[in-house]
Amino acid sequence: MSKNPFPLSKDDLLIAYRMMKTIREFEERLHVDFGRGEIPGFVHLYAGEEASAVGIMMHLNDQDQIASNHRGHGHCIAKGVDVKEMMAEIYGKVSGSCRGKGGSMHIADLSKGMMGANGILGAGSPLACGAGLAAQKLGHNGIGMSFTGDGASNQGTFLESLNLAAVWNLPVIFVVENNGYAESTSVDWAVAVDSYVDRAAGFGLPGVTVDGTEFFAVYEAAGELIKRAREGGGPSLLECKMIRFFGHFEGDAQTYKAEGENEYNRKHHDCLKIFRAHVTKAGVLSDEELDAIDTQVLALIDAAVEEAISAPLPTADDLTTDVYVSY
Amino acid sequence: MSDEKITPLIMPKWGLSMKEGKLSDWLIEEGTNIAVGDEIMEVETDKIANVVEAADPGLLRRRVATAGETYPVRALLGVLASEDISDADVDAFIEAFEMPVIEDDDDAEAAPLYEFAETSVGRLRYAVRGNEGPVVLLIHGFGGDLDNWLFNIDALATSAKVYALDLPGHGQSTKQLAGADLSGLATAVLAFMDTVGVESAHLVGHSVGGGVAATMAFDAPDRVLSLSLISSAGLGREINSQYIDGFVNSVSRRELKPVLINLFADSKLVSRSLIDDLLKYKRIDGVQGALESLSAALFADGEQKTILTEKISSLDVKTLVVWGAVDEIIPASHAQSLENADVQVIQGAGHMVQMEQASQVNDLIKEHIAG
Amino acid sequence: MARTLSFKDAVNEAIDQEMTRDPTVIMMGEDIVGGTGSPGEADAWGGVLGVTKGLYAKHGDRLMDTPLSESAYIGAAIGAATCGLRPIAELMFLDFLGVCFDQMYNQAAKFRYMFGGKAETPVTIRAMVGGGFRAAAQHSQMLTPIITHVPGLKVVCPSNAYDAKGLLIQSIRDNDPVIFCEHKNLYAHEVDVPEESYAIPFGEANIAREGTDATIVAYGLMVHRATEAAENLAKDGIDCEVIDLRTLSPIDMDTVYESVESTGRLICVDEANPRCSIASDVTASVTQEIFSSLKAAPQLVTAPHTPVPFSPVLEDLYIPSAEQVADAVRKTMAT
Repeated sequence: MSKNPFPLSKDDLLIAYRMMKTIREFEERLHVDFGRGEIPGFVHLYAGEEASAVGIMMHLNDQDQIASNHRGHGHCIAKGVDVKEMMAEIYGKVSGSCRGKGGSMHIADLSKGMMGANGILGAGSPLACGAGLAAQKLGHNGIGMSFTGDGASNQGTFLESLNLAAVWNLPVIFVVENNGYAESTSVDWAVAVDSYVDRAAGFGLPGVTVDGTEFFAVYEAAGELIKRAREGGGPSLLECKMIRFFGHFEGDAQTYKAEGENEYNRKHHDCLKIFRAHVTKAGVLSDEELDAIDTQVLALIDAAVEEAISAPLPTADDLTTDVYVSY
Repeated sequence: MSDEKITPLIMPKWGLSMKEGKLSDWLIEEGTNIAVGDEIMEVETDKIANVVEAADPGLLRRRVATAGETYPVRALLGVLASEDISDADVDAFIEAFEMPVIEDDDDAEAAPLYEFAETSVGRLRYAVRGNEGPVVLLIHGFGGDLDNWLFNIDALATSAKVYALDLPGHGQSTKQLAGADLSGLATAVLAFMDTVGVESAHLVGHSVGGGVAATMAFDAPDRVLSLSLISSAGLGREINSQYIDGFVNSVSRRELKPVLINLFADSKLVSRSLIDDLLKYKRIDGVQGALESLSAALFADGEQKTILTEKISSLDVKTLVVWGAVDEIIPASHAQSLENADVQVIQGAGHMVQMEQASQVNDLIKEHIAG
Repeated sequence: MARTLSFKDAVNEAIDQEMTRDPTVIMMGEDIVGGTGSPGEADAWGGVLGVTKGLYAKHGDRLMDTPLSESAYIGAAIGAATCGLRPIAELMFLDFLGVCFDQMYNQAAKFRYMFGGKAETPVTIRAMVGGGFRAAAQHSQMLTPIITHVPGLKVVCPSNAYDAKGLLIQSIRDNDPVIFCEHKNLYAHEVDVPEESYAIPFGEANIAREGTDATIVAYGLMVHRATEAAENLAKDGIDCEVIDLRTLSPIDMDTVYESVESTGRLICVDEANPRCSIASDVTASVTQEIFSSLKAAPQLVTAPHTPVPFSPVLEDLYIPSAEQVADAVRKTMAT
């Protein structure tokens, strides 16, 4: 084996790959099963964007809190939420992360630092400020991270949060996962500034744009901003430019995309393929090692689906519990 | 006018904070001859409702006050006069009677209702009334406060200097308990006596306060001139543990009311403001913990933990025992457990006998102290 | 020990005592310190009506002025509540609900349920409510019905300083999100308030006046109108019970039922607009649960279905009066 040229140990590279692959297979499987009509409601898939969630989350511990959004499965898995419980939740089962009461858009596990996926776009940014404020006041060096898409970056909550975080000098990082589409609307049309770096500058905080399909680019940029926040340097913005392999939600015919766009992206901009190419070319990880992870991940997802299908449904008693701590 | 033959019936002042009262009902008609102690009317204050007993004998010639109306303390409610007094003289008496006005809060002459003593066991609230005569110290029971002596303190103060305090964990005193058992509470009362400069006193204790008084008599015999034990703890095992648990655990009016009814022979005495005042007390930080500690130390396993009968009998202290015949908290049979005591069981009264039959209890205590 | 205290000072004292007791309690809001970053006095205002005046001097940076960004700081308070703090956020007027409601009803209110019981959100949002300040349509509303409608939120609206202190302390200690509504016209009102800390449990109505002929249910400022009406009616021999709900969610319907079962008459007074109000809610529950106890049709006394007007003469007509309450009681007595 050659000398490791990457900023992560071999073990960490294996962890990162396993996480990205888990997200990918989780979403690919949901795509298939949703198409078969086995999943209630609707789901927003993260496939294609894995390098962003994992590249950032490799820096975080359970004390760091993230506020996610409607496209949250990737963030959850990367933050350490149990995959089987997530699958059961999406199937509406009582064994799910939220006892079947939240569904795809509301998976949370505060003990893992996952403040919740969120059905309201932009709502997570103030919550992440709250996480940063708690860290600041409680005197631990945790941080808050807000994940929004390019679409939600136009919400007042997001913009107010940039200012609040700057005024209070909060340890908060605003990640804009720019996949080019706010639902069906192009970022080029809906965001008036040319660069999110400019938007950040307008609020008095530093901004960085990276290629979100490049795991190592995300990892390094996020690492610097996170270190800065932990050291009291204050908030910042990280834009990850990335690719959404599927539609806004499952069932989206995606007619707003260009002819052949998805196929081209899968071929040339698949962050998993790019990661594999880097690490095998450098001779740090072998295809066999990565293939073995692929097999294990597929088995995990199969088991998660099987267990979710056979898990018990909530009962009438569950309808009225957990509205309040006490009432 | 022969005023000496005309006696006014006035709105009583039931201690401390009372400024006015509502005459709920007349219990006697004009033309009735009344004896001392007869129940003549019902009065309701913002604290409590109770029956007023006649302080003077006589023929009720006139009901001046109207049932349902509110009058200031010492207002003329009725006139007692013998038959040979003419109606004109009664009218003149009423005409000449100076109706008091409701005292203002910042009345410079008014003595402070309560004072605070910074003692070695913390801050204790107390009231003091009267100047002349022996020192009497009133000690309330579990969950009570100095207002439990509402109908006693002023009456006793006519011939004594009377102190009433809030025990630690109670009323407006510190909620820190130096000790949760009778000895701990006795230590606190002795510390109070040190602070206010009382060397020795006639102790009057109600319920757990009786147990405290008796413990003091044993721990510091020089400082106890006599004991008056009213519905006292420490004279037997039995205690209504459902009452104790209910009192400790109730957080709402609806929960507390049925518990408090056990305290009185007449359940009407459990007024809204009595319940409200107790809830206000129970909500204060530290009270819940204090009550739980006291209840665990004093009444574990559904019975009283400390029996003092032998100790008290061994003491050379003059002891009066008073009990309400229908006490639902501590059975009246406990009254008979002391051999050399003056024992008085009062009919028609429950655990709060000093409130329900105040004038009888006051007379007994006065006699006991004087004798 | 008891001494009289104004509603406003009782709120201040509750916050002060809880901040002293619990280091995780923080407070934020627009101008709650006042003057942050300005060249003049730090702690210049202590809130727009001075309610939090003096707390910055005692507790320092645990009180934070915010930019005028209700969405951001109410959301931050909620987020911080899920991360180990016990924040109090001041929404200056509940009328500003519109610019931060998502954070309250889609976020704070829903976390616990939608996360399957995993989240606790011990946040208190204080807000001024109610009319009488000649502050017109956007600073005078009684929007309690809107927030009471939302499962997951608790709603408190005290009528006096004693209740304000005890209920605010309970709100801060409570592990659910609480919207604490302060009627600005009661700020100067004084009653006896103990110096010690105490918490009044939620869902426990107060019987402000006992009576046997009719039950008047009210909250906030309307408790005073109801009591005034009851005193006036007493002169005519009509003896009204006045129930102060104190908390609207949870709501103590048992006390209302118990009272109406003995009086047979119900009058609900609400400063809110009439449709889908607390008054209509209480009336609906009483008619559904104890219909046979009613001797007369329940009466609702509310503001009209209009915005709050500015001109004093109009605003005085808008807010339910003691006379209107008394008329409604008489109407129930006629049958």
